[in-house]
Amino acid sequence: MIGFQEVTKQFGSTRALDQATMVFPKGKITGFLGPNGSGKSTSLKMIAGLNRPDSGSVLIDGHRPSVETKKDIAYLPEIDHLYPWMTIGEAADFTKSFYEDWDHNKYMELMDFLQLEPSMPIKKISKGMRAKAKLLLTFSRDAKIVLLDEPLSGIDILTREQIIQTIIRDYRAGEQSIIISTHEIQEIEGLIDEVIFMDRGRAVLQGEAEILRSERNKSLVELMKEVYHHGNF
Amino acid sequence: MEFDNSKPIYLQIIDDIKKQLIRGELKPGDKILSQREFAQKVKVNPNTVQRAYREMENMSLVETLRGQGTFIYNRPGMLDEIKEEMASRVLKSFLDEMYSLGFDNEKIIELVEKCQQRLEEDKR
Repeated sequence: MIGFQEVTKQFGSTRALDQATMVFPKGKITGFLGPNGSGKSTSLKMIAGLNRPDSGSVLIDGHRPSVETKKDIAYLPEIDHLYPWMTIGEAADFTKSFYEDWDHNKYMELMDFLQLEPSMPIKKISKGMRAKAKLLLTFSRDAKIVLLDEPLSGIDILTREQIIQTIIRDYRAGEQSIIISTHEIQEIEGLIDEVIFMDRGRAVLQGEAEILRSERNKSLVELMKEVYHHGNF
Repeated sequence: MEFDNSKPIYLQIIDDIKKQLIRGELKPGDKILSQREFAQKVKVNPNTVQRAYREMENMSLVETLRGQGTFIYNRPGMLDEIKEEMASRVLKSFLDEMYSLGFDNEKIIELVEKCQQRLEEDKR
C-alpha cells in the first residue's frame, strides 16, 4: 500500500500538491485521473523517489521512498527518457544493469509480442514504437510496484490496444500494484480496480471502480465530467 | 465483447456467459476460458474476471476443477432457470416503462398482440 498523508509540494509559485491525502491499495490497478496540472506526475515522481514533499508524508508499505524502495518500483515517465543514440537492446542492457528483478524471458516474450527488435535505433523509430519500447523496459522487470505516467498519450488506437494487453498479460493480481495516470479514461475503464480523481493538487474522489459504477450508474468518464464541471461529488 | 461502462463489468461478464448459454453457443459441461485468458481476450482487469468467476461459482453456474479448468455446470433445469431469469428481467424493464407511460395491463397485452401480428406479417 502506498499512502499520501497531507502532502504539499510547491514549485516556485505553483502548488503542485496541496495537502493531498490518498491511498493506492496493494495488488490492484489504480487509475490516477485528472486534468493537466492536477498533480498526477508530481505524485508519481514522489513515489519513485524523484522528488520529496515539502510537508506531509509518503509511505510505501510503511517506508519513506528511498534507494531501498526504488528496487521494487518500475517507473515509466511521461517524457521520452530513453537515450536516442542507443538501440532498444542497448537500452535494455542499460536498464538491466540497475535492477536485480530483470526477467530476460519476459523481455524476449514482450519484444516479440510488441513487434520490436533489439537492433532498432531509438532515434529512428516512430513515436508509437518508442512508447512500446518504454513499456518493454518497464514490464521486463518483476517489480512489485509499476508506475505508468500517461502511457497512452499521443499513441494510435492499435498500439493502445497492444499496450493495454501488455499490462494485463503479466499482471500478478493481488501481488503487484500498478498505478496508471491518464486522460484516456475510456480506454482503461475495464482495466482498473480503483480510481483516484485529482483536481488542483488534491484527491477529490477515490473509490472502487465497480462500486462507483453500481452506486451511481455512471461510467468513470461520466463521473469525471461531473467532478470537474460541477465540482459536486 | 463491448461493455457498458456505466454498469459493473463483472455483472456484464456473467450476463454474457448466460446469453451464450441461452443461444446455445455454450453448453452445460463446456470448458470456458481460464481467468487469465478471458482477461486478455476482453481486455479487462484480471481481478474483475476473478470476481465474475467467483460469483458464477457461488450461483452454481460454473465449477472450477483443480488443475483442469472452469466448466459450465451440468445441472438439470439450469438452462430453463437462466432463460426464465433473463426473460423476466427484460419483461420487468418493459413493464416498468409501460406503466410509467400510463398503460394498464389490458392495454399492454392488446398492444403486445398487435405488435406481434405486425412482426409476423412483416416476415411473410
